[in-house]
Amino acid sequence: MVLVLTDAFKSFLAHIQDYSLMAARSVANLATGPRYFQDVLDQMDDIGVGSLPIVLMSGFFIGAVMVLQTGSQFVRFGQTALTGDIVSLALVRELGPTLTGILVAGRSASGIASELGSMLVTEQVDAMRAMGTDPSRKLVTPRVVAGILMLPLLTALNDFVGLLGGCVASVFSLRLGAVEFWTRAINALDFPDLMQGMMKPLVYGFILATVGCYQGLNVRGGTQGVGRATTQAVVVSNVMIIAADVFLTKIALYLGDKLF
Amino acid sequence: MNSPAIYGGRKPADPDPVVTFDGVRVGFDEGDVLRGVSFRVLPRETLVFLGETGTGKTLTLKLAAGLLHPSMGRVRVLDHEVSVMAERELLEFRRQIGFVFQEGALFDSMTVADNVAYRLREDRVDEDEIDRRVREILAFVELDHVLYQLPSELSGGMRRRVSIARALVNRPQIVLYDSPTAGLDPITAQTIITLILRLRDTYGVTALLATHRLQDGFALANFRFDPKAKRVVREAPAAMQPGAGGSEPVTRFLVYREGRIYFEGSPEEIATTRDAYLKRFLV
Repeated sequence: MVLVLTDAFKSFLAHIQDYSLMAARSVANLATGPRYFQDVLDQMDDIGVGSLPIVLMSGFFIGAVMVLQTGSQFVRFGQTALTGDIVSLALVRELGPTLTGILVAGRSASGIASELGSMLVTEQVDAMRAMGTDPSRKLVTPRVVAGILMLPLLTALNDFVGLLGGCVASVFSLRLGAVEFWTRAINALDFPDLMQGMMKPLVYGFILATVGCYQGLNVRGGTQGVGRATTQAVVVSNVMIIAADVFLTKIALYLGDKLF
Repeated sequence: MNSPAIYGGRKPADPDPVVTFDGVRVGFDEGDVLRGVSFRVLPRETLVFLGETGTGKTLTLKLAAGLLHPSMGRVRVLDHEVSVMAERELLEFRRQIGFVFQEGALFDSMTVADNVAYRLREDRVDEDEIDRRVREILAFVELDHVLYQLPSELSGGMRRRVSIARALVNRPQIVLYDSPTAGLDPITAQTIITLILRLRDTYGVTALLATHRLQDGFALANFRFDPKAKRVVREAPAAMQPGAGGSEPVTRFLVYREGRIYFEGSPEEIATTRDAYLKRFLV
């Protein structure tokens, strides 16, 4: 029993080590050539443009649901006008980045893991190495860069569409004026809120891309292994995003207090 | 029970080998796969690895390409100590060799032309030059009509030929073939072997070929491609034997058994063997 636990712990540590090395290398690759700009653009298209529909749709409905939930409470105190403030703060600081991270992780981390995993089991990764290409530069770094660049943009769109959804819900459900909702929502936001909201997706983009790549490039056991890696990529990246959220929130609140 | 290994002799005046394995061992969790393997391959020579599945044929090719490192021993290829080189140096080194993977390992999201052009684009070759060389090499493998098709739209034999074209586009000095005829019908397999013959006799490449089909090795040993007549002709075996000297290509066989070299010698030696284990490959 002790042996099993020791082996499991060693294996866990080995994964952490390998993941950290791969993630560090993916960033270090940026300092030296060759660089694959076309691959970065392709990945930006896949992760960014490809995720737009789910991010926009989910964002709209999340904003609407937030208004319905908070509005129903504020009605009891006659403070429905505050709905815009609350929804805006919650969306920009927390729900926008985290939900975008989780949604894109569900779509792209799994996609990356299955794509790279399939390449690995069909020896395409070895073929790449045999032709003198570093898979870390060609496959990992472009995805990491694309993830870091695209997540903040997707989050900004998610925030905007969420407020739009909230506005529609408040007009039709709470009978608030659209201008009033929008004005209060925008005025409620300060620079630290935006900083917090835009800092988080940078980290989430890095997490989902590196976890997807790590799981994909460490597939064991053929096509069945690819399936396992895909599931693992989503599970691990989601847990890591939520765990990172705690620390990032704490850091952002501290910096917000100290700097502004 | 192992029979004693039978080694083919070599003359002292042989040229410097392009591939040298010296006491190479490779082990995984399940145990050692290669247990002290030593051999040499001379320029223009074709070394055919024979053995049952899991005896380490593919592993040997991957070691030669530096895709794996041995746990003990030395691997020297084209004057590079492959077994001790860092990955960054190996990436540069691998541009001098071609590797044909068992299932082709073509990039399935790229067209045939892009697959073949891959290495040239990595080397930042001019696009017009890339187009010319891709068409030339695809014409060589008789596939210049499928330039813009995806690998999934091709038959198994066509995919292998594209894979050979991709490995050759950079004009490597050594080509490593990993079971190029595995899973193919006899006629398609013969087409692939004929292509390998043409490559050897047109470009003079050194080759390491892993296979479980003895007839592949015999075909390489007993036939040659006549570039003038543009056809395959039967070759007098004497010129093809180890130590024959001259510029004629030589084909040798190397048989693995239980992680060790069981036999190393000429096609004639293996064809006339009385060893029970080797005879299993002759059936």
